[in-house]
This record gives sequence, structure tokens and C-alpha cells, in this order.
Amino acid sequence: MGDRDPVLAERDAIEGALAAALARGGEFAEVFVEDRSSTGISFDDRRVEELSSGRDRGAGIRVVVGEMTGFAHTADLSTRGLHNAAEAAAAVAHAGGGGVRSVALVERKDDPVGTIGIYPEDIDKARKVELLARADDEARATSGSIVQVSAGYGDSRRLIVIANSDGLYVADDQVRTRFAVSCVASGDGGLQTGYEVLARTIGFELFDRFSVEAAAKEAARRAVGKLTARPAPSGAYPVVIKGGTGGYLFHEACGHGLEADHIMKDASAFRGRLGTKVASPLVTLVDDGTVGESWGTSTIDDEGRPAQRNVLIKNGVLTEYMWDYLRARQDGRESSGNGRRQSYQHLPMVRMTNTFLLAGTEDPEEIINQTPFGVYLAKLGGGQVNTATGDFVFGMTEAYLIEGGRITEPLRDANLIGNGPDVLMKIDAIADDFDMAPGTCGKDGQSVAVGSGQPTLRVSSVTIGGTAGG
Amino acid sequence: MAELLELAQRIASWGQPGEEVEAFVAWQRETEVRAYGGEVESLSSAESAGIGIRVVAGARQGFAYVGNLDEALARDALAEARDNASFATPDPNVGLAEPDGVAPVELELWDDSLGSMATEEKIALALELERRVRAGDARIREVVSADYGDDQSESAVASSLGISAVSRATTCYLVAYAVAGEENDTQTGAGYSVCRAPSELEIEKAAGDAVLRATRMLGATKPASARVTAVFDREVTATLLAVLAGTLSGEEVAKGRSLFAERLGERVAAPLFTLVEDPTNPLAFGASRYDDEGLASRRVALIDQGNLVAFLYDTHSARLAGARSTASAVRAGFKSTPGVRARALALVPGELDQAGVLAAVGEGLFVQGVTGIHSGVNPVSGDFSVGAEGLLISRGELAQPVREITIASTIQKLLQGIEVVGGDVEWLPSVAVGVTVAIGDVAMSGS
Repeated sequence: MGDRDPVLAERDAIEGALAAALARGGEFAEVFVEDRSSTGISFDDRRVEELSSGRDRGAGIRVVVGEMTGFAHTADLSTRGLHNAAEAAAAVAHAGGGGVRSVALVERKDDPVGTIGIYPEDIDKARKVELLARADDEARATSGSIVQVSAGYGDSRRLIVIANSDGLYVADDQVRTRFAVSCVASGDGGLQTGYEVLARTIGFELFDRFSVEAAAKEAARRAVGKLTARPAPSGAYPVVIKGGTGGYLFHEACGHGLEADHIMKDASAFRGRLGTKVASPLVTLVDDGTVGESWGTSTIDDEGRPAQRNVLIKNGVLTEYMWDYLRARQDGRESSGNGRRQSYQHLPMVRMTNTFLLAGTEDPEEIINQTPFGVYLAKLGGGQVNTATGDFVFGMTEAYLIEGGRITEPLRDANLIGNGPDVLMKIDAIADDFDMAPGTCGKDGQSVAVGSGQPTLRVSSVTIGGTAGG
Repeated sequence: MAELLELAQRIASWGQPGEEVEAFVAWQRETEVRAYGGEVESLSSAESAGIGIRVVAGARQGFAYVGNLDEALARDALAEARDNASFATPDPNVGLAEPDGVAPVELELWDDSLGSMATEEKIALALELERRVRAGDARIREVVSADYGDDQSESAVASSLGISAVSRATTCYLVAYAVAGEENDTQTGAGYSVCRAPSELEIEKAAGDAVLRATRMLGATKPASARVTAVFDREVTATLLAVLAGTLSGEEVAKGRSLFAERLGERVAAPLFTLVEDPTNPLAFGASRYDDEGLASRRVALIDQGNLVAFLYDTHSARLAGARSTASAVRAGFKSTPGVRARALALVPGELDQAGVLAAVGEGLFVQGVTGIHSGVNPVSGDFSVGAEGLLISRGELAQPVREITIASTIQKLLQGIEVVGGDVEWLPSVAVGVTVAIGDVAMSGS
């Protein structure tokens, strides 16, 4: 192996660690080795503020005994370092008496879901820096109202090796590249902000495919557009959500509630509802870790399971939940490839990959035309859900009023609030367009890259958290 | 540990002529036990450490980090940081902190007993917490998590300009997340206890709060939209103060990204509102002897009786604004460079306890929790819209629970509309204090 594929840890050392992890009665043991290198560049206030580089290497070891999990991690990848971490993780199996169990690892090679065109490490820093200055120029040239621009570039390469007591030995090489720009516009009514991001699970070829100028222009347009915005209405109204941006809403509104850990702990509004109607018949919801170069895509999950396509809701009927190794084991079934973790310092748990609603048949323009009064949501910000109750909130960062079937005035930022199961039932129109957007999903203190997508659609009633009377 | 500081000092001495070098070395040991169904669901124990290195040369800054304490890798990181600096745009305000003569306040934030506490004791606490939540009320249907956790952390920063500082702290906590149910109704509630030493943990408070917060929301309905006086529970106030802190960052102000830019000296809040940043208060969880650039922590008044009197600065933003650092440089860990953040915001408290505030308000909305803070509060425009749950206030007491509502206003209006600041001060695991606050004329959106 050359420098392109460095050896993370010796296979003998990993086998030894698995044996040590099982020595006190563990039923399952796993070693997750990671070597992550990253570059970040920040541009702000007309200048390249900072370049940063980082390197994180280490291993996380877990031991499962019955319903119990022991976990330890170490930055020391030597035989001794792995052995010590394995013993710490095995402490949960205090029953002892596991005897000697050796593990013979068999390497599995998976076909990669995507190809990495240009490794970011092969690109000069100067070329990365130059992208940011171009975005700044373009944003400021878009409008005289733009008073501040910041932009960020980030790339990461993550080499992982996963080995477990079932004999699994599998490796993956994951590259992600990201570019974001945000603008501040100033007008008579104060300051407004706009943001746009490009992010794919590919290398530096991201910039052959997408223009940083277009992203900058879009961020500037959003900020300037809101300078004349009026306060959003307060109360429940029909909402038309533009294709792409709203996928994250369904990630929050129902995706989290379909994660098996929430289901098994009675902390989901979707528990016990398999085979029943949980959404409008127009709704088919999919989680798919194999979608091209999407932000949530990877060849294997962080437990070594190949990524796969899972249909969660089909024509309004709940068909499946998402599973990781541990929950699948408790339920006597197979993982669905949804076991993910932020880094070697974290335990894996059930996570989404790319989650999206499939397209329908209507014309997006028609859906707006058939809405006498409501809100058109062109860009969503972040959101949050309480899986047990299904209640969620979402930020609107680009929205307009719909009056008489036409998009009229821009609206100031506000949150909308809804209930996941309720909103799914209230989807009354789905268009034939479709788009995906990248995002970061936080759960139990861990962040992972996810994709989400949806066609333009309408929800018949959602509460808009503005200040204006209707 | 003297070793961390020695390592930081050694790295800081590796600089070349004409170069400033700073090393931030951090170490942490953590344990977390999660109980579920009367058993240990997971037990994690971990020790982690790393080094972040800044190089300033020719008015340009570069940064690199490494996720362990290996000196050979630190040398690589220094070379990488030096190379990174060469790509930055020169900025005369870039530079490391210089010793400013302010003496650090002695703070005891470390408890030795944590290091010798047996894992079995930690497990017992998590199991007991879960048991108490389940037994707390017949309507508790599930305890999603009952955790015991602790961490011991230590950091050292040293630079070629003579900075040399060590900070250390311990924390331990109990936190439970409960689901209450009655017929088809489901509600959730969390409760916790956080402190420096395990002997101070209040298991009954953590369990009791989780039970109370979940069960008192049962039967919640969605009210009609209205303008109300909102009473924010202690934790909600702490959350909102943390957002407000972002608008008081000298860096954001200088870059035109704060609604308070050019408003220094103006009246920005009701006269009963006095906001102070004081990381020298040992009760604050954000307290520390030094900031993350190695300057001694100090007390700074930000809003005095409604008047905006100061912003927070680290070294870079202070130079940008022609001010002095307020020792408000904070890092997210060894992997990041310092930025301006608050650590320990406090309000000058009033007289009333929470019941007294509710009685004084009479009619309104008591907000138990808010969601969507990051998506719904814009520190640049001031637009404010968050999801909320809580209880209506009727005749000065808590009444009907309400859910799936939002409360909206602007940060500017909220500050001017503060009617009561309570006296029920509680330090929370946050960068701000918890205290009950009542604010008039807030838009509540429901059905």
C-alpha cells in the first residue's frame, strides 16, 4: 500500500484487541479505526482569515453483552494501545469467564458507490483560497446593499477500518468537499442575511461541476430580497415548499421518528404503526445511502454494513424503520445500513443517510396557482424535533406570501411549527420536480453529514411563527 | 498536570525568528453510564488529548492541530500551521495575546474525589436515577435515558510572547429524559443535576424535574394565536442570554454583523436589565482562571440598567476595534482557533421567586422549553421566532398546558419589553445564568 492507502493499524493488533475485548464474556466486539485529515479555510471581511489543517487518528472499541454495551477509545493505534482500550471496553462484561475466543478476520471488498475524481490533498492551497476570493467579489458585485461577506471552504478525507468478532474486516475511503458563503445586506429596515452551500461526497471536482459565483450570487440575492420583507404572518396557513430545500423538514418531521432506537424505547409517535396509513397516499419516503455523490452517501456505514436503499413509507403506508447493528440484533433482524458515528470517539447509533420524498405528478406552478392564500417557502434553515410527540420546528430563511395564487411579497425570517404525523397527512399536492440538499444532522451530541430531498409540495395547514395578524 | 504546560512551552519555543508561536494543549477524561430497564445500557470511558498550534508571521495567521500529544506530530503540525499562514491575507490586527498584567483570580473548580470514584458507584447512580423517574408517577410510560456522566479536563496555553496559563475543572451530572402518557397523549420532560463534585449531585431533583416537566404537559392543547406576556423559565432565559451574547461579540460588531453595531452608549433594554459577563464567579460552569488565549478571566459589565456599555473582545477583535481584550477568547477544543464568546453571563437578579413572578404577571404564557433557537433567532437582523411549550398563566398561577406554538418578536423589542427579572438565580450547564424573566407583548402563534 502506498501513501494513498496508509495502514491504519496492523491486522494482528486488531485481532488481538478483539480477543481481549471478548475475554470477559463479551458476545460481540468491534474495532473501528479512523484516520481523518481535514482542511478548512475561512474568508471574512474581505480577507483570507485563516487556513487550518487537522489530523485525527484513533480507534473506538465496543463490547456487547446481552443488552449492555461497553465502549472505550484511544488515539494509540499500537498493539498495546488497542489492547488497553479493549480491556476498558470489556469492563462492562463484569460477569467474566468468557474464556479464550480468537477471531479470524476475513477481508470484504465492496464496490464503491462513487468515485473520487480529485483528492483535495492533491490541490494546492492557493487554488482553494482563490475560490473564496471569487465568491466574495461576486457577492459584493451583485448588489450595492451587500455590506459583508464571509465564505468557507472545507475538505476532509476519512480512512476507516471496521473489524468485528463475526470475522468482518472492511475498509473505506471517504472524501467530502464543501463550500459555503453568507452575506449581510443593509437597508432602511436594518440588516438581513442570506446563505448558500455546495457540498458533495466527492473531491475537488466539486468546483468543476458547480460555480462558486452562482452560490455567492444566490446568497446575496437572498439577503437583499429580505430588505423589503414584511413580518411573517402568525397562525396556521397553507404552505407550498419549493423542491429540494424542504427535504430536511421531512428528515425532522418523520425521519427521526422512524429510527429504531426511538421506536424500541417508545419514544416515537410512529411506534406500533407498521403497515398502517401514516401519511397522505401521495407520500413515498425513502432513506438511501447509495445516492450518487449526495452529502449522506457512503459505500459502507460506520459498522461496516453496505449502504442500501430503504423504503420507509410507501404510498402513505409505513413499511419500515431504520436499523443499526445493536437494535437489529435486539430485534433478531439485519441492520439496514444506518449505523453511523461522528468519529472513532463515538458509539454508533441509528442515523439517516439521504432521506427524501419521491416526486409526484403535478406542475409546481399549478400548485402555487391553486393556493388562494398562504406561504411559499423557497429556503429552509435548520430544524429540531421531539420524536416522542412528533412536534417539530423549522426556520424559514427565504419565504414569500402567496396571494390569489401568485407569489407576492417577501417575508422576514420566522420559524414554522408542526407535528410530524399531522403534516404527513396534510400533504395535498406533490409536484413532478425534485432536488436534494446537503445538511448536518445532530443527535445525542453527534453530528453526521446527511442529504435530504423532496419535490415541490403543499401542506394544507402549518403554523407560521410570525408576528403579523393574518 | 505540569506536563501539559511544559509541552505547550516547549512547542512555543520552536518558533523561527520573526514568528509568533502559540500552543494550546488539552486533555480530557470522560465517563458516561446510561441506564435502561434496570440495567446498564452502555458504559463509555475515554481519555483524549490534542494540540492546536497557531503561527503568526508577517501579519498572517495559520493553524493546525493533531489529535494526540505526540511531539513528532506536533512538529509536523507546526510546519503545517506555518505553511497555512503563508496563504492568509496580511492583517495588522492579527497577533497572539500579550501578557497584560491582570492577575488571575484563584478558582477551585477541580474535585479530586472524581478521579478515585469507582465505576460501580457511577453505575449505581444511573440505575437509581432511572428507578426514581419510573417510580415518580404512574403516568411515566418510559425513561428514554437516565445518564450519569463526568469529565475531568485540563488545558494549557503557552506562547512565544510569554503567555503561560493552565486551567482545569471537573464536572459530573445526572440527566434523565422521561416520556409520560395518558390514553393517546404523549409528553416528554428532562431533568438534571450538574455540579463539580459527585457528592453534590441531587438525584431527587433530576428525577423529580423530569417527572414534573413531562406530566404537567399532559392534556396540552394548541391555543388560539394571541399577544401575551411571556414568562421564561430559568433554562429558557439561559438559552436566550446565550443567543444575545452572540450580538455582543466585538468581532461581529466590528464586521457589521450585529444588531448592536454603532449602538454603544444607547439605551437598548428596560432599566431593570443589567447584564454582566463574569467567568471569575466559581458558581458558573463556564468559570475558568484564564481564557483560551491565556489572559486572566475578568468581570465585564455589558448592559448596565438598560444601557449598552461594552462588547466582548479577544485579542484580534480588540485590536480591530482599538479596545483591550476582555479575556473572552474561547475555543471549541484543541481543534479550533479562539473566537469571541461569553462564558458566564449573569443578570442582576430581582426580588421575586418564580411563583412571585407568575403572581405579578397574572395572565400570560409560562414557557417551559423552546426549540429552533438556531434557525429562529437571527443575531444580525434581530428577528426572533421559536417553537415553545409551556402552560398558560391564569390568575397568577400555572393553568392549561399548551403545545405546538411559536413565540415571536425581535431581540430589540424583547429587551425593551422586560417587565420582571426574578430572584431565583440558578447556575446551569450553560454560558449563562438561569433566572425567571417576564416579557410583555410577545406574539404567540397557535391555531
